[in-house]
Amino acid sequence: MTDAAATSPPSRRTWSPRLVSLVFVTVVVAVLPLVFPSNYYLRVASLVWTSGLAVVGLNLLMGLAGQVSLGHAAFLGIGAYAVAIGPTHLGVPPIPSALAGIALSALVAWIVGKPIFRLKGYYLAVATLGFGLLLALVLTSESAWTGGPDGMPVERVELFGWRVTGALTWYWITGVALIIGVALALNLEASPTGRALRALHDSEVAASVVGVDAARLKLTAFVVAAVYAATSGALLALMNGFVTPDTASFMHSVEFVTMVVIGGMGSVVGALVGAAILVALPQALTVLQEYETAVLGLLIMVFMIFLRQGIVPGLIGLFRGMRR
Amino acid sequence: MTATRTSNAAALEVDGVGISFGGIRALDGVSFRAHPGEVFSIIGPNGAGKTTLFNIVSGLYRPTSGRVRIAGQEATGLAPARLARRGLSRTFQNLQIFFRMTAVENVMVGRHMAEKTGFFADLLALPSVGRQNRATRAAALALLDRVGLADLADQPAGALPYGALKRLEIARALATEPKVLLLDEPAAGCNAVETEEIDQLIHAVAEGGVAVVLVEHDMKLVMKISSRILVLVQGKPLVVGTPAEVRADPRVIEAYLGSHGETEAARADR
Repeated sequence: MTDAAATSPPSRRTWSPRLVSLVFVTVVVAVLPLVFPSNYYLRVASLVWTSGLAVVGLNLLMGLAGQVSLGHAAFLGIGAYAVAIGPTHLGVPPIPSALAGIALSALVAWIVGKPIFRLKGYYLAVATLGFGLLLALVLTSESAWTGGPDGMPVERVELFGWRVTGALTWYWITGVALIIGVALALNLEASPTGRALRALHDSEVAASVVGVDAARLKLTAFVVAAVYAATSGALLALMNGFVTPDTASFMHSVEFVTMVVIGGMGSVVGALVGAAILVALPQALTVLQEYETAVLGLLIMVFMIFLRQGIVPGLIGLFRGMRR
Repeated sequence: MTATRTSNAAALEVDGVGISFGGIRALDGVSFRAHPGEVFSIIGPNGAGKTTLFNIVSGLYRPTSGRVRIAGQEATGLAPARLARRGLSRTFQNLQIFFRMTAVENVMVGRHMAEKTGFFADLLALPSVGRQNRATRAAALALLDRVGLADLADQPAGALPYGALKRLEIARALATEPKVLLLDEPAAGCNAVETEEIDQLIHAVAEGGVAVVLVEHDMKLVMKISSRILVLVQGKPLVVGTPAEVRADPRVIEAYLGSHGETEAARADR
């Protein structure tokens, strides 16, 4: 990366932060398999990439637009269960099922978001919370379709007779998906749409008097975040070969929000850092056995207090709805 | 006053506007017209309802009675973003700055309505987005130059001094190419030099055919640049007239020297 920068003529513009972020993520994804000693690490990294994809999407909603969704795992669930239910019950192959799940997720986000974004403040948080709980309930209770609390297996993907399997294969699939997701998020941030979203976060009233349609723009961000989450969910289910209602649980939603906040809101790389910490750290902390969760909680608190002081007066208090 | 009119149609027409908050009549029967090219000022003691009036006209509050028209078109109770599309923008008494963005980005947001790229073009960073970003930035830089902030373009807005932020808000509002511009105390907190600059800026904006509606406590500034002045007292219109008429009106003097207006009167004397 420094080589490329050094060889470019001095008259050229310096690298934009956007390009630096993208190159950084690409290099990390490309280099890690070379240093990983075992498939176990590849598995953990693949989980980080899939979670990271969802968090990058959620960050567009939270970090850019300043809106919090407490039911984001529901969209993950829609994507995950689409690739489980499609092949098993409807005879639709996994990839069309995944695409259908992503489209359904976008549609559901639009239908749920449409009335909510006319309101301000806590309504979105509460409404998404309700929606998330509802979806998790449906997934748990409709056992004929979903396998109930035990979840259900997901058919392996086959492409032209090749069974997509193996830790390294999934590492690359999830890694490339993440890089694409990061590139699109960075594009959006640097565009007129991204500018308007950031403006909303700082002052919705000022954005509105220069013609920014706040409700429409927030809805757009919400749908985009849902698409990211559903894609992440579909990849996760295909990679794991099974789904459980935990995918769509409230706790999982809270984890996503925590990942965004810990990593640093509004930063794409920050979203990945947040995902890495919350996915990889519990793996590292398993040596502590029963103290694992306590230490994880403590570490999160330490992060929030010492690294993110300005951003954390309270979860929802950070967001736009609180002020004004 | 008629000399400054460029057309007969009022850019902004406020007709018998009133609003109640929990049974308290904050504003009652306020009417005025602002024409293209004029600076129309609204003055009055603290609590007279000047900002409330602005909030109604700019769509933040819906009036309990009365009508607002922009260029002859009904605009009562429209959302701020819709009003912006009709050509009305404003600044705020208590600053509403995008603090985490740079100065130039603040003004770039003001070009939102002029930006043509769609969502998918933005997502894919099509070449049109790069062109649009450059065009928006160029327009924003020109506006920053106009308000005297060109040097601070790439500074984070949060790091700018108060007087600069006041002008930044004006630049952002101008970025929408408004026909009606509401300025809520643009000179508040500014020193004499800055006030003079704002005076010239407002004058130039009005010259360009914009109807400028001004709420301001700096009486010297108001008397100097206004074509007409509306005096509000306790939510009710007292007088509308030229600066000379308003200054000479005994009711205005009484209102300002009354229990509500001593500080304002002191300012007016300065």
